[in-house]
Amino acid sequence: MPSQEKILHINGLKTYFPVRKGLLRTVAAHVKAVDGVDLEIYRGETLGLVGESGCGKTTLGKSIIQLVGAVGGQILYHEGEQTFDLLNLSPEEFKHIRQKIQIVFQDPHSSLNPAFTVFGSLQDPLKLYGVKTKAERRKIIGDLLEAVNMRREQMDNYPHEFSGGQRQRIGIARALCVNPEIVICDEAVSALDVSIQAQVLQLLQEIKEARGLTYIFITHDLSVVEYISDRVAVMYLGKIVELAESEALYRTPRHPYTQALLSAIPIADLDRKSDRIVLEGDVPNPVSPPSGCAFHPRCPKFKSLSEPEKQRCMGESPQLSDATQLTQPHLVSCHYPN
Amino acid sequence: MSADQKVLSVKDLKTYIYVNNRCNKALDGVSFDVYRGKTLCVVGESGCGKSITASSITQLLPKLSRIESGEIVYHSERGNIRIDQLERNGPEMRALRGAEISMIFQDPMTALNPVYRIGSQISEGLQYHSKNTLAQLKQTSIDLLRQMGIPLAEQRVDDYPHQFSGGMRQRAMIAMAMSCKPKILIADEPTTALDVTIQAQIFELIDELKQRHNTAVILITHDMGVVAELADHVAVMYMGNIVEQGTVDDVLRHPAHPYTEALLKSIPILGKGKQQQITPIQGSTPDPYQRPKGCQFEPRCPYATERCQTFPDSQSISATHDALCWHSEKVLSHA
Repeated sequence: MPSQEKILHINGLKTYFPVRKGLLRTVAAHVKAVDGVDLEIYRGETLGLVGESGCGKTTLGKSIIQLVGAVGGQILYHEGEQTFDLLNLSPEEFKHIRQKIQIVFQDPHSSLNPAFTVFGSLQDPLKLYGVKTKAERRKIIGDLLEAVNMRREQMDNYPHEFSGGQRQRIGIARALCVNPEIVICDEAVSALDVSIQAQVLQLLQEIKEARGLTYIFITHDLSVVEYISDRVAVMYLGKIVELAESEALYRTPRHPYTQALLSAIPIADLDRKSDRIVLEGDVPNPVSPPSGCAFHPRCPKFKSLSEPEKQRCMGESPQLSDATQLTQPHLVSCHYPN
Repeated sequence: MSADQKVLSVKDLKTYIYVNNRCNKALDGVSFDVYRGKTLCVVGESGCGKSITASSITQLLPKLSRIESGEIVYHSERGNIRIDQLERNGPEMRALRGAEISMIFQDPMTALNPVYRIGSQISEGLQYHSKNTLAQLKQTSIDLLRQMGIPLAEQRVDDYPHQFSGGMRQRAMIAMAMSCKPKILIADEPTTALDVTIQAQIFELIDELKQRHNTAVILITHDMGVVAELADHVAVMYMGNIVEQGTVDDVLRHPAHPYTEALLKSIPILGKGKQQQITPIQGSTPDPYQRPKGCQFEPRCPYATERCQTFPDSQSISATHDALCWHSEKVLSHA
């Protein structure tokens, strides 16, 4: 069960990518992939991060683990009494923190080195974190493979000998081998077939309970997120537009975007036909997002607003704030939530 | 349903693919019918043969593959045409492909030619199949794009594919497929590469076109949610066989094949929350070159018995519902 203890505190995080133009490759503009995200993550919870492609969910995950550099904000990692700002670490601290936060990548076919056996891929982090003898490393990796429902002997096989589901298990074992506290699952089950997807989801749940992990679960599949997450954050164009307990978010979505997103998902249940809200147009270009609330050009609610209200949506960017004042916070970034 | 509503019947189709001196029985006895104005959803996991079914119908199979036996009959207005007997790129097949049977491919990023303008790609089929002047062709492309809901169609018709977003490219693909008002539209995972909000737009569009032109749609997908929303009929495929087929109600409410049942239990359903139980299917799909002897699902099947060592006959559950399983009654009563 999630505790009230904060493990990660993200404060106004910004990750921009420069767009270079012309002969001199001067920076012409920035893609604001993550544009001011505030997020708290509690020890032992699963936080689902959802949104359409290009909304910045993967960049946020990669910024947390420092695979891409952020340009502003803070990421505070709490460990006992100590607090580290992940954006200002000394090299020793960085090595320490890397061990605590690990990532499972989306594509099990490209995230393993084809020239290395499983043992070869998994032993490097162990070496780095002080497991000196080969026999010890073999034992640890064997145990891990058994933990992800594979056979110990399979550590001497190469990635091409495994199926997609098995490769993803190896990816999970690799993330676990240095005993992390937080595991970021970036579309970890999206590339898998449905029957295999269920196996991996169940495995992730079991491992989480056995090891007391905290997950940040990034995906575009809202049914999977609902199944696995305690809290869910919905992103749109680099910002979090809604953040709430999973149940509250799915039962009573308050942001018009979340509503449209939920209604757009085909449900595998004949008794429940959703009233689909079909959004017009595409996600705007993140180089030049719309003024004010970035969702207003597609917002179904915007059309029914009065003129001064429209002006507010177009001019003023809404802040993520608690809309319900209930016991469990339900944060939404909309001037006129439902 | 009367027989004259049928536009396509596939009977006991076997398509084999030859790679490295080995033979993959990609389709091993597939039979189904497609009706005018109805949607048939073909579901299954990767490698089950759903795309090969589509390319068998359009004769767009890879080079080293062959329709070994069985028949594909297209019930056209001019009489029945045996597609499987036509030469792959012969004049009869080319007259059908694009004009009466057309296809939407999975990935709009790679299916469009990057060096031709959108408009000329849309009108290419029309130019081949009808006698129109260039001005008429351009006008038709503009009209089609407008029907697909692309703003400023007059200008966008001269754009190149890279200037279109993913959703717009898929619309252009649909415009291309619909340009000759086909009788059968085959959509091979048309929205897998797209986001859910865009997916909803595309499905709305396909449904509207189906109703307006009474087109038969074969929709290939792996998403049970899509099936529940769009299908009239469902065919579930596993390892080159249709293991179960029937109307949506038949298949989703009363699954009669253990694979369908297991598949439905293994997916999280939106709105059921964290409490829902999902049960994964054990094991993984077998290697197509080392297939199980009898029923293909037997090694993973909870109902398997001695009898499953022989390949099952198709069991008729009702007039519209068939399953390829010895134990279909047990599965039915279980669910």
